Amino acid sequence: MRCDICGKKKATVHLTEIVDEQMTEMHLCEDCAREKSVQMEQQFGLADLLAGLSDFGKQLKTEEKAKLRCGHCGISYDDFKKFGRLGCSECYPTFRDSLTVLLKKIHGSNHHLGKSPAKFPGYVKENMDELRNLRNLLEEAIRNEDYEKAAEFRDKIRELEKKEKSDS
Amino acid sequence: MKLDDLIHHTGEWLRGTGPHSNIVMSSRIRLARNLSKVKFPNRATKKELTQVLETVEAAIKEIDYFKTATLFRMNELDSVDKEFLIERHLMSHEHATNPEGKGLIISQEEILSVMVNEEDHLRIQVMQSGLNLEETWKIINTIDDNLSTKLDFAYSPNWGYLTACPTNTGTAMRGSVMLHLPALVMTKQINKVLSAIAKLSFASRGFYGEGTHARGNFYQISNQVSLGHAEEDIIQNINGLIRQVIEQEEQARQSLAVQNKAVLVDKIYRSLGILKNAHIITSQETIELLSMVRLGIDLGIITEVDRRIINELFITIQPAHLQKFESKKLSASARDTRRASLIRGKLEG
Repeated sequence: MRCDICGKKKATVHLTEIVDEQMTEMHLCEDCAREKSVQMEQQFGLADLLAGLSDFGKQLKTEEKAKLRCGHCGISYDDFKKFGRLGCSECYPTFRDSLTVLLKKIHGSNHHLGKSPAKFPGYVKENMDELRNLRNLLEEAIRNEDYEKAAEFRDKIRELEKKEKSDS
Repeated sequence: MKLDDLIHHTGEWLRGTGPHSNIVMSSRIRLARNLSKVKFPNRATKKELTQVLETVEAAIKEIDYFKTATLFRMNELDSVDKEFLIERHLMSHEHATNPEGKGLIISQEEILSVMVNEEDHLRIQVMQSGLNLEETWKIINTIDDNLSTKLDFAYSPNWGYLTACPTNTGTAMRGSVMLHLPALVMTKQINKVLSAIAKLSFASRGFYGEGTHARGNFYQISNQVSLGHAEEDIIQNINGLIRQVIEQEEQARQSLAVQNKAVLVDKIYRSLGILKNAHIITSQETIELLSMVRLGIDLGIITEVDRRIINELFITIQPAHLQKFESKKLSASARDTRRASLIRGKLEG
C-alpha cells in the first residue's frame, strides 16, 4: 500500500482520525506521518498514539529545546538526557512535549490511572475517580480499535478536565 | 529504638509463613514520592536536603503509624552500620553514599522502611512474608494516604506521581516478589523462565541485588511499567505471572523427587551436614547449602529445622551482621570462622 499523502513510499503507519464524528482512515509512510504528527501535536490522543511508533521527539526544533530550561531547578533537557534524572517536579510541565513522547515509549501510555494524594489541591475526589474511570475506558476502546467509542470518552475527559481547571 | 537493638531479632517478613511460602520468601511494594516544587535530591544542596529531612521528620510525628518508628540520619552511621541496613533489605547501596541530608525510617518489626533523599525525596517500602502483595498494598496505601495529608506530594492528574526518573512516573510503584527456585535451576529451565519474564516487561534480579547470576537460587521479580495502569491492576499482573512461575517450580520439584529421589535426599542431607559441622565457611558456600536445606524443608524431607531459622540465616551470615554481633571489625578469615559458629549454634538441637 502506498502513502496517502506523497503516494510514493510504502505506507507503514495506519491512522484512524475522528473529527466532529466523521471517521477517516489514513495510510502514511513514516516521513509523512512524522509531518502529520507535528500538525496534530495539540490534539489529544492521536499524537500520543503515534508517539510510540517513531522518534517524533526529533521534530521539535533542537535549538529551542536546548535553550529551554526549567524555571525552578535550572536544568535543560540536554542535562536530563546526560544524567537520566529530572531536577524537580516543575521539569515535567517545562519539558512536557519531550516527556510525553518519552513516557509513552517507556510505559506504553502517558495517562495515570492510579491513585491520587489525599489533599490534591483543586481536585474533588469524585471527579478524580470519574476521570480515572473514563481514561480506563478510553484505553480499552483504543485497544479494541473502537474509535467511535474512544472519541466519545475523549470528549467527556476534555469536558471534565476543562471543568476542573475552571474550578481550581 | 537504637540501631544496635535490631541485632537481636530479624524482620517480620522472614518468618517463612503466608501464601506459597514454600517457594515465595517475601512480597515487597515500594512507592516513590517527592515534595512538590522542591528540587529532587540529585539537584538539591545539602541545606535543601536537610530541610526535606526535617519536613518529613515533622510530618511523621503527627502520624500514628510512625509512633513506634525510628529515624536514623545517614551521616551519624558508620560504614558497618550502613552495610548492616543494606543486608537487612531496609535500604539500597545508593543510599549509603553521600550521607549528608539522607535519612532512614524503620518501623519496629521492620515491615516498613522509608529512605529519605535517595533518588526521590521518599522511597516508602513495605515487606510481608509469602506471596501477599494485596495485604502489602493495603498497608502501604494507608501509610501513603496518611503521609499525603501532611506532605505536599508532586503530582499531576495526567502523569500521576512525578519522580526523578521517568521510568517510575505514574503510580511510582514497584511491586516485587522474592522466589526460591532451586528446582528450576537444577533442571536447567531457569533461563527459559527468566527470558519469558523479561519479554513480559518484568525485571528479575537476585536476593543480594545481583544481576543475572542469582546466589542461593533466589530471584526477585518486579514490574517495570508504572504508568497507565492502576496499582491494583499492576499487582494482579504480577500475581498472575508469579503464580505461573510457582507452578513451573512445583512441577520441576516433583520431577526431581520422582526421578532422582535418592540423589536429591543425599544432596539435601549433605548440605545440612556441612552446615551443622563446618568450622570455617564462606558466605558463598553457606548460601548454596542453605538453599538446599530450605528445599529439603519445603519438600518435607527435613522436618527437624524450622524454615524461619534458615530464612534468617540468609540475612545474618553476611559480613556486616557478623561484625555487629562481635561489635568489632573482622577480617574475611575471621568472619568465615564466626559464620560457621553462628550456623552451628542455630542448627543445634
